[in-house]
Amino acid sequence: MERMGDRSKTWPRYTRRQVIRGASLGLAGLSLSGLLEACSRQASPAAGAETFDWASQKKTGHMVFANWPYYIDKKKVDGQVTHPSLDAFTEATGTQVEYLEIIEDYASFFGKIEPQLRAGASTGYDTIVMGYPRWFPTMLALDYLLPLDETLLPNFEKYAADAYKNPPYDPSPRHGVAFASGATGIGYNPDLTGREITSVKDLFDPAFKGMVGMFNDTEDTPNLTLLGMGVEPSTSTPDDWSKAADLLTHQRDSGVVRKYYGQGYISELEAGNIALTMAWSPDIHQANLSGYEHLKFVVPEEGGLLWTDYLCIPKGAQDPLDAIAWLDFVYKPETAAMITSWLGAISPVPAAQDILSNTGFAAEAESPLVFPDAATYQRLHPYRSLAPTEQQAWDDVFLPVVEGG
Amino acid sequence: MIADDTPFPRPRSRSLRRRRVPYLLLTPAAVWLGVFLVLPLAMLLYTSLQSGSLLGGGFRFTWAFSNYQEAISANLRYFARSLTYATVVTIACLALAYPMMYWIAFYGGRWKSSLLLLILLPFFVSFVIRTVQWSFILADRGIIIGPLKNAGLVPQDFRVLATPIAVIAGMTYNFLPFTALPLYVSLERIDKHLVEAAKDLYSSRWKAFRHVVVPLSLPGVFAAFLLTFVPATGDYVNAAVLGGTNTTMIGNIIQDRFLIQNAYNEAAALAAVLMIGMFLLVFIYARALGTEDVVRSAVQ
Repeated sequence: MERMGDRSKTWPRYTRRQVIRGASLGLAGLSLSGLLEACSRQASPAAGAETFDWASQKKTGHMVFANWPYYIDKKKVDGQVTHPSLDAFTEATGTQVEYLEIIEDYASFFGKIEPQLRAGASTGYDTIVMGYPRWFPTMLALDYLLPLDETLLPNFEKYAADAYKNPPYDPSPRHGVAFASGATGIGYNPDLTGREITSVKDLFDPAFKGMVGMFNDTEDTPNLTLLGMGVEPSTSTPDDWSKAADLLTHQRDSGVVRKYYGQGYISELEAGNIALTMAWSPDIHQANLSGYEHLKFVVPEEGGLLWTDYLCIPKGAQDPLDAIAWLDFVYKPETAAMITSWLGAISPVPAAQDILSNTGFAAEAESPLVFPDAATYQRLHPYRSLAPTEQQAWDDVFLPVVEGG
Repeated sequence: MIADDTPFPRPRSRSLRRRRVPYLLLTPAAVWLGVFLVLPLAMLLYTSLQSGSLLGGGFRFTWAFSNYQEAISANLRYFARSLTYATVVTIACLALAYPMMYWIAFYGGRWKSSLLLLILLPFFVSFVIRTVQWSFILADRGIIIGPLKNAGLVPQDFRVLATPIAVIAGMTYNFLPFTALPLYVSLERIDKHLVEAAKDLYSSRWKAFRHVVVPLSLPGVFAAFLLTFVPATGDYVNAAVLGGTNTTMIGNIIQDRFLIQNAYNEAAALAAVLMIGMFLLVFIYARALGTEDVVRSAVQ
């Protein structure tokens, strides 16, 4: 039961019942009833969580960082892959980073760590990446994230763009800092479409029968469709939802959609299996860099969506001080420049722009999808946020669409 | 008992120990099955009877049998599709594997092991990776379909990927060894002299095959059916990688319910329905066509 001692670091308060629950989880093989109880435990109330005692934490010199593959800067030195930003962090703070590229999609990763978090155990990770619109707010609603101490985030305070300082879904105290943002729009292969793509309606054009990719989630696909209808997603009504679902169903049943994709859409676009597809802007940027210069990304004239991946610290983290130091280190303009030069995603640190243009990354520095101007931000919309009661209705409308006929 | 009256305690303890031996030998397997099969199954059934939602205050155990009703009624077509695909795949696998295994078992000679290895070799690579490879091979402008299109042999909008054909073909490919190995084992065990004896009795080659080889290989066919049909029904990888908008199988739905919607109770109910359904199917199949009966009826 050595975990219990560790857990007390970042699970600030636990009652006797929780301890028993934790113990029974540890003895899973022996105590069925305890395990069953642990699993039927309700989500903890959000209130008690905001009192994490940062002052009594100690630096451990070690940190485990769980991230997506290809989601940080990379360099090959003598055949060894290194990550300059992480190396700089180790040099500056002395904290060794155990870097794990294990998030292959948020849903599976969440499914993997959720049982531990629910049982009040450590996930083994100190920093994880979680995305808005879906999983970061979900982690917040379930109170699985440590509240961050603003005084430990001086670089964030100084360098973060205003848009990232106070996301409406994460009011003070914040539980995460933006790592990268991106636009959901349309990616296309002009050789195959034969024309420039400008509108969400192009995704529904029967001329592209069997050559359109849509996303298999219930966030991007519905929200982009709502934009295409001229409806602002955040104020959309259930009536709008069913109209959007009708459009999507017709698009599917008339054979326009080839497939509802997850991550796989980008290789299908590269292979020429699809001509145009919903797309995340950094994916097209990386495809352009890796030999597919002809692929294009467009924010449709009706607008695109703005998503954000957050760095956050799950409860039960064993090195919270080292982790929050990394969260802050990411906001040093030099670090942000290193990371952004590789990702091609929207950087939350405007000061990185000058560094990039001075270090040979003019394309990134000038791209409106890396450092958007006010006009571009205007065209990127937030997603519909859903109360738990609405979520069911939303899913009932849109899941049957993306799950296929 | 006699042992109690004897002044020598040794035989008694030895017989006791001997009686205990089978149980001792079973213990590791029983503990293993208890921890890794029975306990998870109990958890699954328990979860399937919970109500609530992850974000709506968590799950509570309420004997929510309605989960089952909803799971079945809302997803009938996915169950039906999975069973259809699995049936087609099993038949295709048997049709492909039987002649191959027959040939290796009867005419393979000293190459038997090497030939078997050739069949198994691709399967040393991960299941998912092999499936993804097919999506490269079968790409619309890939190494097979590209030239066919250029030669004008198929229309420009022809495709294999993202169709039911691709999913069924992928599954057939992936499950082939599960069909082949049990078939091989049963064919290999057949005494070749029986076939010679049949021929001595003026049977044609076909008749010898039909009345000697086929009946004796039926236990293998039965095992091959089970090992192919059951996992094929629950498969979701092929549909996810090679399928399109109309190839969703019940495995994909369970995955979605569990991971995307976090409706753990619904996912558990669906999984339980699938499992119980498969169990019943197999049970009925085994009872109706118990292997021995099959052999007997085929011989007569």
